[in-house]
Parts: sequence; C-alpha cells; structure tokens
Amino acid sequence: MSDAVIRWVGGPVVYATVTSAFRIGEAIEVGPHRRPGEVIRLKDDELVGQVYEDTTGMRPGDSVRGTGAAMSVRLGPHLLGHIFDGLLRPLDAGEKPAPATIAFRPLVRQGDTLTAGAAIGDLPGDGVVQSVLLPPDLAGTVETIAAAGPQPLDAILCTVRTASGDVADIGFFQTWAIRKARPVRRRLPADEPMVTGQRILDTLFPVSRGGQAAIPGGFGTGKTVLQETLAKWCDADVIVYVGCGERGNEMAEVLREFPKLADPRTGRGLMERTVIIANTSNMPVAAREASIYTAVTVGEYFRDQGLHVALMADSTSRWAEALREVSGRLGELPGEAAYPAYLGSRLAEFYERAARVRTLGDKDGSLTIIGAVSPPAGDFSEPVTSHTKRYVRCFWGLDRERAQARFYPAIHPLQSYSENAGRFAAWWAARGNSQWQPHREKLLSLLEAQADLERMARIVGKDSLPPAQQVTLLCAELINEAFLRQSAFSEVDRYCSPQRQTAMLTIILDFIDQAQAALERGAPPQAIAALDILRRVQRMGEEIGEDQLEKFTELRTALQAAMTALGKAASDAA
Amino acid sequence: MRPDLWVQGTATAIDGPLLYLRRNVEAGLNEAVEILSDDAPPRLGRVASLDRDAMVVEVLESTIGLGLRDIKVRFVGEPLHFSVGPGLLGRVFNGVGEPTDGGPPVPAHKRMRIDGVPINPTQRDLPRDFIETGVTAIDLMNSLVRGQKLPLFSSGGMPHDRIASDIAQNARLRRAGEQGFAIVFVGIGISHDAAETFRQAMQDSGALAHTAMFLNLASESSTQRLLTPRFALTAAEYLAAQEDRHVLVIMTDMTNYCEALREVSASHGEVPSRKGYPGYMYSDLASIYERAGCQRGAKGTVTQLPILTMPAEDISHPIPDLTGYITEGQVVLDRALDHKGVFPPINVLPSLSRLMDQGIGKNYSHADHPALANQLFASYAKAVRVRVLASVVGRDGLTPLDLNYLDFADRFESSLIGQSGRRTLEDSMAAGWAVLQRLPKAELSRLSDAQIAQYIAPSQTAEVADQLHA
Repeated sequence: MSDAVIRWVGGPVVYATVTSAFRIGEAIEVGPHRRPGEVIRLKDDELVGQVYEDTTGMRPGDSVRGTGAAMSVRLGPHLLGHIFDGLLRPLDAGEKPAPATIAFRPLVRQGDTLTAGAAIGDLPGDGVVQSVLLPPDLAGTVETIAAAGPQPLDAILCTVRTASGDVADIGFFQTWAIRKARPVRRRLPADEPMVTGQRILDTLFPVSRGGQAAIPGGFGTGKTVLQETLAKWCDADVIVYVGCGERGNEMAEVLREFPKLADPRTGRGLMERTVIIANTSNMPVAAREASIYTAVTVGEYFRDQGLHVALMADSTSRWAEALREVSGRLGELPGEAAYPAYLGSRLAEFYERAARVRTLGDKDGSLTIIGAVSPPAGDFSEPVTSHTKRYVRCFWGLDRERAQARFYPAIHPLQSYSENAGRFAAWWAARGNSQWQPHREKLLSLLEAQADLERMARIVGKDSLPPAQQVTLLCAELINEAFLRQSAFSEVDRYCSPQRQTAMLTIILDFIDQAQAALERGAPPQAIAALDILRRVQRMGEEIGEDQLEKFTELRTALQAAMTALGKAASDAA
Repeated sequence: MRPDLWVQGTATAIDGPLLYLRRNVEAGLNEAVEILSDDAPPRLGRVASLDRDAMVVEVLESTIGLGLRDIKVRFVGEPLHFSVGPGLLGRVFNGVGEPTDGGPPVPAHKRMRIDGVPINPTQRDLPRDFIETGVTAIDLMNSLVRGQKLPLFSSGGMPHDRIASDIAQNARLRRAGEQGFAIVFVGIGISHDAAETFRQAMQDSGALAHTAMFLNLASESSTQRLLTPRFALTAAEYLAAQEDRHVLVIMTDMTNYCEALREVSASHGEVPSRKGYPGYMYSDLASIYERAGCQRGAKGTVTQLPILTMPAEDISHPIPDLTGYITEGQVVLDRALDHKGVFPPINVLPSLSRLMDQGIGKNYSHADHPALANQLFASYAKAVRVRVLASVVGRDGLTPLDLNYLDFADRFESSLIGQSGRRTLEDSMAAGWAVLQRLPKAELSRLSDAQIAQYIAPSQTAEVADQLHA
C-alpha cells in the first residue's frame, strides 16, 4: 500500500505528492470516499491520476491510496445477462440479486496435470455453457476438486499445486488487468464469416469471426440501430455490448428489449447471451476511457472458454474524446483536431485484441470487434475514422443521403469494403450457393454502373439514355429496394438466414438476366418497369418469412412467366 | 454540512469571470460560494479548480465593480442547490431561479442539486407515447415522444422563436382525460425583446398557467448562462418526480449556451479543440440533454425540445454536430422553404426522430401512421432528387413520372409541411394521404395493399380515368 496527498484537482484529473512508490496503471482510491482511479503519469515525487467518479467536493490535502495492483476487473459467471458500468460494477444489483449458489460440474480428476488456462469444470445449464478456467498464468496438478452440484459463490472449486510447490485455490471468479490482452496458444486465420442476418453485410461485405469492422456515420445515419441489430441477430455465442458515452435511453431500450427477443439459433432469450457495459454520456468521462478495455477483457474471458464472442462498441469516437479530454487536462501537446498524438496506437491496441484463436485450454474461440465511429459532420477524413481504417478489415460506411430517404441499413455499397470477402466462397458453397463470389461481383458492378449512369442522366436526361442503360438502372434500383434494404423493425425481415439470402439473391439475378433477354426481344424498359410482379419482388423481404422459403420458388416461377410473356408479346408485335 | 465560512482579503486576482483566491479555507471542488461586495447584492459563484495554496472561483454574475480588497466570500459547503416547491407553474424566473414577476418566492419544499444526478440506465424506462405539438412536420413525420430530447436546428433570421412559442402554446397529451402536462420554457441569452414577446404570448394564450419560465437575458453574464438550463431542468425534474407531470422543456437558444462555455473555458486557459470550443463540450452538453427521460416507477416524464441556431447555417459546426450525437434526432429548418413562404419551414429529409417507432402506431397514435410517414419520406426524397435533375436538364428532359414527382414535391411543401394554424394528428394524417393521392400505385412500395385500397385507391381510380379522358 502506498500513499499520496492531493495537490491540485480539476475535472477528472488529480495531481498528488507521493510519499511512497506508485506504478503507472496502478488502481488508486482517491479522497475520503475512496473513489476509484488510476495512475497515468509519474514524475519525481508527483503522481497524476484520473478519477472514475465525480470529483465534486475533493480538495487538496485529501489522500490517495495505492492498491498495489493494476486496474483490474473481476470475471466470472455473474456477467451474462447483466449490465455493468465502465469498471464492471453491476448497475442492476438492486433488482437482480446474485444467486446464492451456482451449479458446477467438474471436468478434471485429482492428480490430473493441467496447463495454464485449462478448464476445470463447467456450469451446466440451458443457455450458454460457461467453463471455469485456470487463470492464464497458473498451471499445475489437481490436488482437490469439488463435486458436481450447486456450489456457493465463494466456494473453492479446485486446488492446484504448481511446479514451484505452491498451492493455489481456484473459485468461480478471477481478476484480470483490463489493459493487458489475455494470452492465447496461437492465432488462427480468419476464414469463416460471422453471419449477421443482414443481407448487405453477409452477401456484400462479410466480416470474419475474429475480425474487426468499423461503422462510421454522421449522426442520424443509423449506427446505433445497426449495432443493436447485429447484437440481436449475429451468430455469436456471447455478445458484449459497450455503450460508451452514448444515450441513456438506448441502454434502457437494450435492457427492455433483449429479454423479450429470442436468439434465432437457440430460441432462448437474447439477454442470456449478452453482457452490457454502460457508460452513458453523462457518466464520468474517465470511466468512459476505461470501459472499452473492460469490454475487451470480458470478451477475451468468454473467448478463452471456447466461445465465439462479438463485441459491439458504440461509439469509439466518444472513447477517443474521453482520451482527448483527459489529455487536455494534462496539458499535453495536442495533435490533429486536439486529439493526443497517441490516438492511433491506442486504437490499434484495442482493435488488435480481436482474433480467432486456439485458446490456452486448447479450444477454438473468437472475439470479433465491431466499432461504431461518429465522425464530426460525417467527415470520414477526421482522425478517429482515418486511424480506425488502418486497423480494421471491414468498413461499413453509412451514408447520409440514404438515411435521409429512410433507406436502412444506410450502408453505402460503393464506399464500404470487406478485405475478407475473398475467403468465404467455400463457406457459401456449403450453404447452397456455389456462385456467391460471381453474384457478389455482379451486384457490386451493377451498383457501380448505376452511379455512373445517374451522373450521366443528370446531364442528358433519363429519357435520352439508351434502353439497355435504362434497364441497368432499373436492375440497380431493384437490388437496392428488394435486397439491400432491410427493416430492423420488421418482425419478418429483421433477420435473414443465409438460405433466405440465397433465395432472394437468386430471384434478383433471375430478373437481371431475364430483363436483358426481354429487352433483346424488343420489350421497352418502361414495360418491364410497369410489371405488376415487380411490386411482389420489391416487397419479398417483408412478405416471405424464414418459414416459407418454398414461396420464393413460386415467386421465381411467376416472375419467369411474366418476363417470358413480356418478351414474347414484344417479339410478336415486332 | 459545516457552518458557513467567511473569508476576506484573500482575493489575488480577477480575470474576466474568474476570481483567484488564496486558499486558506477547506473548500471542495464545485462548491458554491457567495461573493459580497459593498456595491451590489451577493453574487453567486462556484469553485472551479483547487491548488495547494490557491483556488479559482467562477463568478456566475458580472464581475464589474468587484475589487480585491473589499470583497467577502462565503463558502456554502455544498454544490449549488435550487429550492423548489409547489407553485412553480405560472411563474417567471431569472436564469438562477429568482422570481422576476414580482410575485413571492416559491415555497422551498425540496432543495435539489442543480447538476442533477446521472440516471442509472437500469432505472430508466423506455420513452413511449406521443406528445402532440400541433406541427405536422413534427407530429406526422418526426414525432416527439415523452422522455425524448429532440432539438430544433435553426439559423439566424428564421422563425424558430415563433415555432417555439406556437409549440409552447399548442402542445398537449392526446389521451383523453390525461392531466398533468407542464411546460418549462428556458430562454438562454435571449434579447430583452424576445423574452418579453415570449412572456406576453404565453400570458395572452393562457398557456402561462401551466408553464414555468426561466429567462436569462443576453445582457447577463455568460457564466450565469451556464446555470440557466440547470436551474430550469431542476424545476422540470421536480415537476415530473413530485407532481407526476409530463414536462416539456423548451430551451432557446443553446448556441448562446455553447458560446458562454467557450468563453469561460478560454478564460480558464484550457486547450481548445474544434473552433475554440472546449474538448469537454460533448460531455457538458450531455449533462444537460441526458436529463430528459422517464424513470421507472415514476409517473412524470421530462421531454426536451432545445433550439439552437447553426452558425453560418453549417450543420457540421461543433454545436449542432455534438448536439445531434447526443439527442434522439433533430428537426432542421430550411432557408429555401422559408423564402417560399412555407411555415414552419421544416426540411423533413435531414430531420429525424429516433424514438418515433416507440411512440407511434396503433397503441399511441394510429395504426397506419408509421407506414404513411415512411412512404412520405421515400417519395419526397425521390422528388427532391428529381428536382435536382430538373434544375440541370430542364423539365423537357424529364419522363412523365418525374414530372409527377415534381408536382408532388410542391404539394408536399405547400399543403403538408406548410400550415396556418394548429393541426391535430388526424388533420396531419389526412393531409398526408391527400398529397400521396396522385402518385402511381406502383411507386408506393412502403404501403401495404390494404392501405392503398383504403386511403389511396378510391380517388386514384377516378383520377386515372380523368386523365385517360383528357
């Protein structure tokens, strides 16, 4: 234990004169109310700390106590289904008290030799199966192991004799320093997509398990709705949702809505697989900076149990602003837009903790990070967006114009990219679409052509475009309206399985081919656009649900008949 | 609480709104102080930062007339509080909660900290249900939901004052027999004229009876400007929590607030971020806006309608930009519409109400309200694109469908957005269906077949027949 005395206090920052040794990153307790904080700078006999709670009433002369340990959080089975603040302290303790016991099932026997991070048991239950792991820095021989059955929260489940002869007690909980990545055996290549249930993402810009994606967008372009949609429907085992400097009402919405929704894969409540970390915009700013690391640490903890974890961070810009605010209070030399010069390296540290791995316990797990970015004025050249771009492999840029037309998700198909897309053709082939790669390219090139033609139409008028180009525009519009648009609020369409995506994609591509054919037989573009069946195609996402996939075949047949009839009528007339 | 502490003769400097004192008393950060000088009534202040032997006090009123020698500083021992009680409604206060209407002080039933307390997200209830403002562009297209914060983005010379005053007079709850609606009207750095106009309008319409007004005038000090919304929101929270009211807080003009924040930050010598505004402006604005909401178990709610003027009509300016990131949507006024004589000149395309889906539909407004709003947005967005096209190629280069859309855009602006008096939601919806009538059915992809049959088709069939005969 070490001590210091406050010399200056302003906002979340304190300067204190130390009387014994402190370390950088050490957790501290500040003032008479022992508010939590962290040492961020040391010089001679002076310490600079940031305080994670309100500093009202603090004054020079108040004490600062070191805890001797780095800023850490307590990890364990109490996390799933609950909401925490930026330092992982429960926010719902009042209404959802912790159970007295937890069911335990041992997986090892006395005398077994365990590597660090190995599972000693699991928690049988209906939802996500959680394991109890040895800490990543502890290996040894099992001396005792608890019997199967309910165990009190503070039970010693297992004792392990280490190589040096010490005996360590293992319980349900372990602590880990939030700024230190949890070790793994090795990293695995990112060659499996994470299914999000969103057509524009899965089909055009897929993200891999263990990958990183950024969602930049100005205000009102739908970042938060998209993040929440992903949290609801993506096929991860565990969701860590960190609301970082965002609206309190959004957190309330997640808390009210998730328990009512069912996971499409397991049928169980979505909240059961979710951990929420909330530091809303009016909560202390320094804790906002820590909340991102807390979330990543929680994600890694579940990953180490061999689970697939998706971490949604909304929004990383607020986190960067918290860095900026603290940096400003420290009087550091400001970089671009007054952000500290180390913004880029901090972002890299965060995104690099995403990975698909072989865990120390020899299981496959992954942590996928999806970070929202809120660029001022929607300008993607600002520092947070441009630094983020350097470290993510998927970029889902939100477009103000689409959002204003209430076209959601407002992801701009020409500004967005996925560097992983090339690896997933085999995965799609195994799910009934061997043509995924060429289909994807066709959609993208049609959308590209649309942008060019619309520019041209602005000069010469739409009517002056040759019929073939008018048909291209028609097809591109159908791709947007019938395929890329997907309402997060529609009960039918909010989730789209890979099978349904393939069925819808097939109909769109059919239409593109047949419209071309009809045109060649002499049908005018206006006649194609006026077909009644087009309305059915435009609304198919809304009208045909997951349990009626056979209706797509009917629609396809009907579309084919209508197009053939049109072509025939035209060639007969000619 | 410890007994009051008085100090005298410790002032070392006065710099703008800041007063530097030698630190010879035990005072904490953010603590309230009173500064007494021979020439004037006591001035309010608060401790802004502390050193081992000095402290900085932010004086919340003008420092004109203060001297270093003769002032006495009283330390209150706690942060600023506002004493509130029954009888807030119908009253007019200045920016720090003192009555200016000549009436008696408000009985102090409860002393509340003006900074409020951050609401634990688990204690929040979801904002639901609708507040009717009487403005179609808001009610129909960007609905205001109880517990929401929805700002109005305006700029100089536009009729935001008139809109604010109209809404303050016309806003109501829709549910039959629902009582307990109140308005807190906050003028921040507004001119004497504007303040008087607001007060007069509220009084004449009788709306003042359910309104509490907090008016900080442009001539008052900028430090005080930082407190006005906090005092007003404290009153709003009292009305919501203790009197179970649904409170609508209208704040104009938040730009003046942010300018004051920049001014005070600069006098502290802080490192500025964008355009000289302090890096913590986002957090500071959030501490105001996030006080909107519904608490679980409470009957009352606090809804905010802040109004701000965008400097140089630039929506990417830090003030509207940071506001937009905190609030749940925005309503944007448009100069071109104003020039066309459309009132209120609301451009619905950049406008948005994020909570709309939670406050409309069959349980709150009307079952077909969401689809109608959606279709109007989609069609108007398309019509505006056609307008851009027409401005380049001229009307001759357009297809008949495009021409139809051009007409739609004009009708949309003049007869749906433009309105002369207050409209109920039913009036607004009828106007909405009416402007969609003349678009071809194939263009209405956001409406279901049943909705088309019910609202669009009867008259459309007749009209198509007319066109064929013509």
